Amino acid sequence: MMRLPWFQFHAPTSVAEAARMLAGEGPRGMLIAGGTDLLPNMKRRQQTPATLISLARVEGLKKITNGSGLTLGAGLTLTEVVGTLAVREKYRGLWQAAAQVASPHLRNMGTLGGNLCLDTRCNYYNQNEDWREAIGYCMKKEGTTCWVATASKRCLAVSSTDTAPALIALGAKVRLVSSAGERELALASLYNNDGIDYLTRKPDEILTEVVLPGAGGWKSTYWKLRRRGSFDFPLLGVAAAVRAATDGTIEEARLVLGAVSSQPFLAGKASAFLVGKKLSDEVIAEAGTLAASRAKPMDNTDLDVYWRKEVVPSFVGYALREIRGDDMRALRMRIARQQL
Amino acid sequence: MSSAKKFDVIGHARRRVDGRAKVTGQLRYADDLTLPRMLHAKLLRSPHPHALIEAIDIARARSHPGVQLVLTGRDFPVPFGIMPVSQDEYPLAPEHVRYVGDPVAAVIAQDEQAASEALKLIEVTYRALPTIATPEEALAHPETRIHDYGESGNIHRNQAFEFGDVEEALAQSDHVFEDVFFFEGSTHMPMEQHAALAASEGDGRFTLWSSTQNPHYLQRQLARVLQLPAAHIRVIACDNGGGFGGKCDPANHEMVVSKAALMLGRPVKICLTREEVFYLHRGRHPVLMKFRTGVTRDGKLTGMHLQTLLDGGGYGSHGPASTFYTGVLTPLTYELPRFKFEACRVFTNKPACGPKRGHGTPQPRFGQEVQLDKIAERLKLDPADLRLNMVTKANSLTASWLKIGSNGLAECIRQVVEGSGWRQKHGKLPEGRGVGIACSSYMCGAGVSIYWNKMPHSGVALTLDRSGQVTVFCGATEVGQGSDDVLAAIVAETLGISTKEVRCVTGDTGITPVDLGSYSSRVTIMMGNAALQAAGRARDMLVTAAAEQLEVLPASIVLSRGRVFAAGDAAKSMSFAEAVVYAETKFGTLGTVGSYTPPKPPGKFKAAGVGPSPAYSFSACVVEVEVDEHTGWINVPKVWIAHDIGRALNPLLARGQVIGGVYMGLGEALMEEQVFRRLPPKLSDALVHKIPSLLEYKSITSLDMPEVEVILVEDPDPNCPFGAKEVGQGPLLPVMPAVANAIFDAVGVRIDEVPITPEKVLRALQLKREGKNPRVGPERFPDVHYAEPVFVLPPGEGGDGNETKDHYKQAVNKVAERAVS
Ligand SMILES: Cc1cc2nc3c(=O)[nH]c(=O)nc-3n(C[C@H](O)[C@H](O)[C@H](O)COP(=O)(O)OP(=O)(O)OC[C@H]3O[C@@H](n4cnc5c(N)ncnc54)[C@H](O)[C@@H]3O)c2cc1C
Ligand code: SF4
Repeated sequence: MMRLPWFQFHAPTSVAEAARMLAGEGPRGMLIAGGTDLLPNMKRRQQTPATLISLARVEGLKKITNGSGLTLGAGLTLTEVVGTLAVREKYRGLWQAAAQVASPHLRNMGTLGGNLCLDTRCNYYNQNEDWREAIGYCMKKEGTTCWVATASKRCLAVSSTDTAPALIALGAKVRLVSSAGERELALASLYNNDGIDYLTRKPDEILTEVVLPGAGGWKSTYWKLRRRGSFDFPLLGVAAAVRAATDGTIEEARLVLGAVSSQPFLAGKASAFLVGKKLSDEVIAEAGTLAASRAKPMDNTDLDVYWRKEVVPSFVGYALREIRGDDMRALRMRIARQQL
Repeated sequence: MSSAKKFDVIGHARRRVDGRAKVTGQLRYADDLTLPRMLHAKLLRSPHPHALIEAIDIARARSHPGVQLVLTGRDFPVPFGIMPVSQDEYPLAPEHVRYVGDPVAAVIAQDEQAASEALKLIEVTYRALPTIATPEEALAHPETRIHDYGESGNIHRNQAFEFGDVEEALAQSDHVFEDVFFFEGSTHMPMEQHAALAASEGDGRFTLWSSTQNPHYLQRQLARVLQLPAAHIRVIACDNGGGFGGKCDPANHEMVVSKAALMLGRPVKICLTREEVFYLHRGRHPVLMKFRTGVTRDGKLTGMHLQTLLDGGGYGSHGPASTFYTGVLTPLTYELPRFKFEACRVFTNKPACGPKRGHGTPQPRFGQEVQLDKIAERLKLDPADLRLNMVTKANSLTASWLKIGSNGLAECIRQVVEGSGWRQKHGKLPEGRGVGIACSSYMCGAGVSIYWNKMPHSGVALTLDRSGQVTVFCGATEVGQGSDDVLAAIVAETLGISTKEVRCVTGDTGITPVDLGSYSSRVTIMMGNAALQAAGRARDMLVTAAAEQLEVLPASIVLSRGRVFAAGDAAKSMSFAEAVVYAETKFGTLGTVGSYTPPKPPGKFKAAGVGPSPAYSFSACVVEVEVDEHTGWINVPKVWIAHDIGRALNPLLARGQVIGGVYMGLGEALMEEQVFRRLPPKLSDALVHKIPSLLEYKSITSLDMPEVEVILVEDPDPNCPFGAKEVGQGPLLPVMPAVANAIFDAVGVRIDEVPITPEKVLRALQLKREGKNPRVGPERFPDVHYAEPVFVLPPGEGGDGNETKDHYKQAVNKVAERAVS
């Protein structure tokens, strides 16, 4: 089998202790939560930290707090997130996203924090070391060229987290704690459009919680494109959150796309376009076209790249139609192969 | 086989004999085995697709802590290969590497970690050679030879056969349809990665435990490579976590651990990573095909000219057989008076292709069945009726001299048509929904062995002792298909006991009689017939002894449900164990043997041995699809499949095999592809497997699997044990074309290649909207210089099964004479 490289392992019990260790290790150290992303990467020698600092025993990271909104500890497993009633009832988009991450086994291990900090992906990079040696490596690790676009100055690896687009649409913030202090920032600003330097998180910061604002009046949804009903990372994630007046006129809207860039991002024009309108078929189609113009899929994941771009309006349409209240169950079954 | 006879075991749905052990983790796969003082091996693989090895320096690796031995190509001077005509592989490449992943060195160390570390210390100097990525390149660049044997250039095999004058038949047809299809390669994806453990027995003999489908052939190849008498080598096939053909070839790692165990006197184990399994491969050949098919106005075939081009990858493997199989089984399903096929296999710098479930036949079957759908459409005939009207007959000979025995194809078609509601659905469902039908046939065991001999293909030995214990020995290999269950069931039925009383010892060349292995759907028929004979002989002894004891005529003795008794006299009865005691008293220690040799093929021309089989199974399948016209997204809500199995020995197991076939078929139809990636040639000569992982090589999951309605058609075949035909491979075959045909019914586009992805469907839909030919598929078939065909007159034209030697010369002369006159 593929073996892990040697590493030191620490299991602190408090955030403060973990933060201190992380600061002490510097670039040699990495956090590990569920390990479902990091350990396979280590086996493939994409990441080779000398020290792993585990968050598994850190107290308080699994806290769920109901206030005006909802605060979710970063250490909650995705299965636990899916099992949280408040998520299911009030933050439907997050629930649908978390329920579609990977497979049941991986959701039992993988955490919310790990999902938000997930490494970017590329099928020139998510390969074991022998394979990468055979192509002479690439810019993201040990090489100089980006094989996806040889003229590119930056790595175009894909942001592949499912929960981030959903959470950004819901207006989530995250709390980052380091030995030097802590800060809260809008989740959208956690990400850079760069396949290598994809997070604005400082190396010594720990993501401790996700803070959701109140959901009163909001409706949200998440649609994921992938080949199969399980396992696969998103090839496109469409998250939508909409607050509408009683007559259906939209007052606020956030349409967020995932997996079509190195970061999840708000489709600003499309979101703004929706405000003041009702979700007619025409409005939905136009929003789809506007959002699609921002999608920049690359030929480094599954399925044909042009096709992936072409279907963006359809998926935006599914999301908005679901928000409008259309019965999407049959279509959901066809796309997701499960009811959500 | 009289259907009046009631069976105790046969035909009853039972939990398979190894079922409970399987799901409770009791089975021991090769990687579960450990032995005292065991060492671990790892292979260094070529990072170059095509190169010569100039030097290998192993000094640093050898002195790495924990390392016991480093082997290179120099330690293995003798090549091997499953087929006698393609002995073109070395356990470790001595000088020439032919694909990324070709093994060049091995480290044996105290653990995997140390072995992996030491691999990095081996320094290999390569000289890169030009690479061949596709068959077109292989044909265009004969000067870059991947092997120095074969037909010429990079052509490994060229085969051509003509049964009756096909051009004449086409000329006289009302219509001639010409179509080009492509079937992408795919790999087997057994859940269990290959593993092997070798241990020396101290006196120059050794045992190899391995995940293998063919311990017998492996033993022969080990003897060749290690230059040892085969009798000193014991190969034990462990329980296999699936094989599907991927464990048929003798493999590099098996040779390496055997040699290392002998050299070190310590057990040596290896377990391949998933990526390495993708490199070992031997999976489905990518095949480009061209069909020219003549039909009459009312939809009867007149003749067919089939050309195939196979992408063989870097080594021969089963290639010569695979090449034949892209043609030979084509005439089994429908009456085809004349048939010509030309097949060519080329070498490319990719992992070697070989046998995968259906071996060589899914590809042409796909083309043939999709073309039939086009023919039905053009002739305005119902595709099911078109097929029904021309199915082959039982007890007939095809134009290519294959002898068909029982034939339930018509019944299969009727059953799926009825079950699926075909008549209410085909052409009648709303836009975006459709149904497609396709059929197939497969052999029940290859009529000839891989190496030439006249010995039995399967042998069974049976012992009984006074405890009532029955042990049955056979070289056949359980790969998950249920062969142990078949063996136990046949013996149990014959002896009137339950399968629980039968212990199966299988797949061990040291103690079981030879069986050729688990391939070509041969086990139920060949092992089954051998078992029937061995058990029948044991039964005779029991009957004789019991009759004597009970003082009745032997003919009146019945063995049933663990009792041995006189028919019609309840008082005259004993337990099975008592009967064994009497028999052991009378005859001494009890043991019998049985064996099976398939009938001689009716054809007498050269290579007439490929294709003939004691019996053929038949299947028909209807697939329903939903297609989204905006995205091309494909959904399969339901599949109906009827399989002519002769008799289902264990219907539960048989259904499982059918559903498994549908599962694999849908994967190949919709997503599986063993594809490769080249980088910009100016920057790199890389040619790598695009996605060698379980995550990115897509095969369907349980959530994607539709409901499958299985119909078993039972028309016992006289050549088969209790009439049972194969079920392991046949049901896969009609699935792919049925999907393609259903997509046409749903949205009116033709996807003439697999996998059929949403992107291709959407592209075809766009062509349709633009008023162009709504088809996605290969555009042309390259010029291949096929050999002059072997010409054989079909039985229907007075042929005797021999080649007409100078047919083409005569034909040319005739034309010349005509020109002169
Ligand atoms: C086969 C497979 C399929 C998958 N499919 C999907 C999918 O469909 N969608 C998807 O989104 N993901 C998918 N994943 C990725 C992964 O399983 C999930 O994203 C999971 O949520 C990661 O969480 P984790 O706790 O296991 O992270 P880990 O592997 O423990 O960590 C991931 C990264 O985040 C960092 N990290 C973890 N926790 C914190 C924290 N609290 N603060 C700061 N940094 C932190 C780690 O240092 C590491 O760099 C898949 C993985 C596999 C193996
Ligand atoms: S996008 Fe380019 S640089 Fe980034 S991982 Fe892929 S190939 Fe490497």
